[in-house]
Amino acid sequence: MAQPKRILVACGTAIATSTVVAKSIEEEMKKRGIQVITRQCKASEVKGLEHGYDLIVTTTPLPKDLEVPVIQTLAFLTGIGKEDVLNQIQKALE
Amino acid sequence: MASDKIKELLVPSAVYIQLDAPDSKTVIETLASRLFEAGFVHASFAQAALDRESRMPTGLPLGGKYNAAIPHTDIEHVIKPGLALATLKNPVNFQNMIEPESSVPVQLVILMALEQAKTQVEMLQEIAGVLQDEIIIEKLIKAVEIPQIYEAFS
Repeated sequence: MAQPKRILVACGTAIATSTVVAKSIEEEMKKRGIQVITRQCKASEVKGLEHGYDLIVTTTPLPKDLEVPVIQTLAFLTGIGKEDVLNQIQKALE
Repeated sequence: MASDKIKELLVPSAVYIQLDAPDSKTVIETLASRLFEAGFVHASFAQAALDRESRMPTGLPLGGKYNAAIPHTDIEHVIKPGLALATLKNPVNFQNMIEPESSVPVQLVILMALEQAKTQVEMLQEIAGVLQDEIIIEKLIKAVEIPQIYEAFS
């Protein structure tokens, strides 16, 4: 079986927004047959934590010089464009 | 979408209808002081929420008629989990979470006093569910008395 993909989920405080985002990504990717492991962090912690992750999903702006692909989205909170973002995430993990 | 978790965690003395506030700062201070008086947060919570809001804002464009904001801050300012809610008489500007340089006119504010996120996943998911439900948002904004806020979540 393939290694689970690792996603770093960032928001402002790592307690509210990223919780919703991480949970939604886990559930939705599972439905698509993709196993993911998520870790939540504060936006300020991303630089330094990024290594070892396949993808970063964030609700708040991040530094521009990251070495891992970044998807910035509010879709998991507002529902707007959620399918598109899920497709983007799936594509980024393939 | 029924949301018992939200109803359980709403602090009755911290629910405002048609709050007449000139700006986001006033809304956050008003709600935070009610959470403080009710024993849910430390005195430091209001300033911490304001600081966090100015660095990393929480305005959310919902794509419909109304927008929301979900201010919150670090767990050390919280005594026990609770939610404060205000609908606003006139929209006030919050900065956009994803694009802090642009502002969002907000008419629904849910101030969240959160402890460890893991214990509150369900509640947080329900809040996201509410934000995605135009009918509930409309019911909340149109509420003219407090019980209607609770009904909107039923």
